[in-house]
Amino acid sequence: MSNVSAATSPGSAAPFLSINNIEVVYSHVILVLKGVSLNVPAGGIVALLGANGAGKTTTLKAVSNLLHAERGEVTKGSIVFDGTEVQSLSPNEVVRRGCIQVMEGRRCFAHLTVEENLLTGAFTRRDGKAAVAADLERVYAYFPRLKERRGSTAGYTSGGEQQMCAIGRALMSQPRMILLDEPSMGLAPQIVEEIFEIVRDLNQKEKVSFLLAEQNTNMALKYASHGYILENGRVVMDGEAGALASNEDVKEFYLGIAGDKRKSFRDVKHYKRRKRWLA
Amino acid sequence: MLYREAGQFKTTYAQDMAMFPIRQDRIAFILLLALAFLVVPLLAKLQIWPFGGEYLLRAILIPFLILSLAAIGVNILVGYCGQISLGSGAFMAVGAYSAYKFGTGINIPLAWLGTAIVIPPLPVLPSILLGGLMAAFAGVLFGVPSLRIKGLYLAVATLAAQFFFDWVFLRVPWFTNYSSSGSVNAPALNFFGLTMNSPIERYFICLSFVTVFALLAKNLVRGNIGRQWMAIRDMDIAAELMGIRPLYAKLTAFAVSSFIVGVAGALWAFVYLGSWEPLAFSIDRSFQLLFMVIIGGLGSILGAFLGAAFILVLPILLDQVPHALGIPISVETVSLLVFIITGSLICYLLIVEPHGFARLWSTAKEKLRLWPYPY
Repeated sequence: MSNVSAATSPGSAAPFLSINNIEVVYSHVILVLKGVSLNVPAGGIVALLGANGAGKTTTLKAVSNLLHAERGEVTKGSIVFDGTEVQSLSPNEVVRRGCIQVMEGRRCFAHLTVEENLLTGAFTRRDGKAAVAADLERVYAYFPRLKERRGSTAGYTSGGEQQMCAIGRALMSQPRMILLDEPSMGLAPQIVEEIFEIVRDLNQKEKVSFLLAEQNTNMALKYASHGYILENGRVVMDGEAGALASNEDVKEFYLGIAGDKRKSFRDVKHYKRRKRWLA
Repeated sequence: MLYREAGQFKTTYAQDMAMFPIRQDRIAFILLLALAFLVVPLLAKLQIWPFGGEYLLRAILIPFLILSLAAIGVNILVGYCGQISLGSGAFMAVGAYSAYKFGTGINIPLAWLGTAIVIPPLPVLPSILLGGLMAAFAGVLFGVPSLRIKGLYLAVATLAAQFFFDWVFLRVPWFTNYSSSGSVNAPALNFFGLTMNSPIERYFICLSFVTVFALLAKNLVRGNIGRQWMAIRDMDIAAELMGIRPLYAKLTAFAVSSFIVGVAGALWAFVYLGSWEPLAFSIDRSFQLLFMVIIGGLGSILGAFLGAAFILVLPILLDQVPHALGIPISVETVSLLVFIITGSLICYLLIVEPHGFARLWSTAKEKLRLWPYPY
């Protein structure tokens, strides 16, 4: 279906993560993703944008194999991470291979301390205590706030700190790819910026690739190199982040900036027609 | 193909809110009622298979109907209001014994006042309904702790009701009219001057009660009060913030649930058992009802019927299989095998469909609507 994305994929080499035309069905009846394809290059930040219910989270969960918990399954297409197909792997095996998801809404272990939360992230590792301790220090270096709060119960820290804790916990598994789901949810704009700065930092220094599902289109496109826009379970548009951010349609529908020319409803219909063609 | 709602337009709110908004569902429901009210009695009257004897009516259909009714009651409390209760057996007992007392007349001497509370023996129908009412009182009483304790702890608290009433009906001879053996006999089933004794007449009694109460329950749960219950179930704090009174919502759920369970208890005692002792409403019954609700589907009236059918009828059917196939196995082995098979089937079902039969049914309907396309 949508091979548009494959044609314009960033990076000429084989992508680090590639999702090829997947279909996801919940409870055997509800078709949620209707052929989604996207590529994440090694060391890139790719933004996955779209409204509520567009299928962003489902796409991420399809990669990390968490759909079974919600009675969903990938019925078509393939997901290739670092040269291997991951659909048949168990979620913990996917983590072991270096692809970890940070769930929407943080999901810290509320009754553990921040440090204990971070240490749970190292669960899949088998390289000894010293390496884990070194990594813990590294995480604290990226998130100085967490070091201050290391002894406090995670449930009682602020939303921003919990988000940092969740990202830090993911980092503890030594991932090469993080699927980050709505890091900006419910956070103050300043904190959002702080978190995105850290994401960029991690990407540049640690060479971690990010697939970023976001509603905050403006922010996501500022930090990502490439963006995909999902609507109703289909990729309707994709391209370089800068090009997307300056696109008239994206501006109007996702950034809330009305262009000068398109004001009538007919133009909206034009946009929808174009969407169908792309899909 | 057959199950397609294309072209069925709704032009009023009433149509949109109808109990069976899809025409096929309406027809199926009417057919089911016709089957239950006309075809079954007709077949029984003509002694056509499988109604050759009284076995099907007496041992399967009547208990199935009564336990479905009880399961509807439990479903209102557990499935719709989210309050786990292990006291349903006790509330059945309260219904049964209260109905018995109302049916045989009540005489409470109040010597220090020089008077006495005397109620003459009431006819069967008011006795059963009053039995339900007494069960509702008991339910509200034991539902009060639900305002403070939740989840498994509430289950333990309602367990107290079970043990308390077990003890009361065993130890307080007044409830059994001082019968020496502790077992009591139901009064004659006299409805409006008609004595109903044959299995088919008893079946009619149960069927009428179940139909009326199922429709009542269905209407309750889709109305204002039902939405309050479901709000409390899904998130009690959010419900409270929306202005729903937890006290009122929880206690009405307890009251309605116990009322229906109590009526079912009275029917179980009067119509199915005829003579009974407290053991008939032991904790096993509570668990049985809870399992029916969980396997049938929490929060579904249909689920109550499906769950009751599964829990009650499946062991009976399994019991017949070796005999029907002519396999020589001893009765004890068969009964143990039935336990094993039923148990593993329950495990399997809950893994495949944790939301119970009702969800399977709705998924099947969804599939039918889309057929021949997969989705």
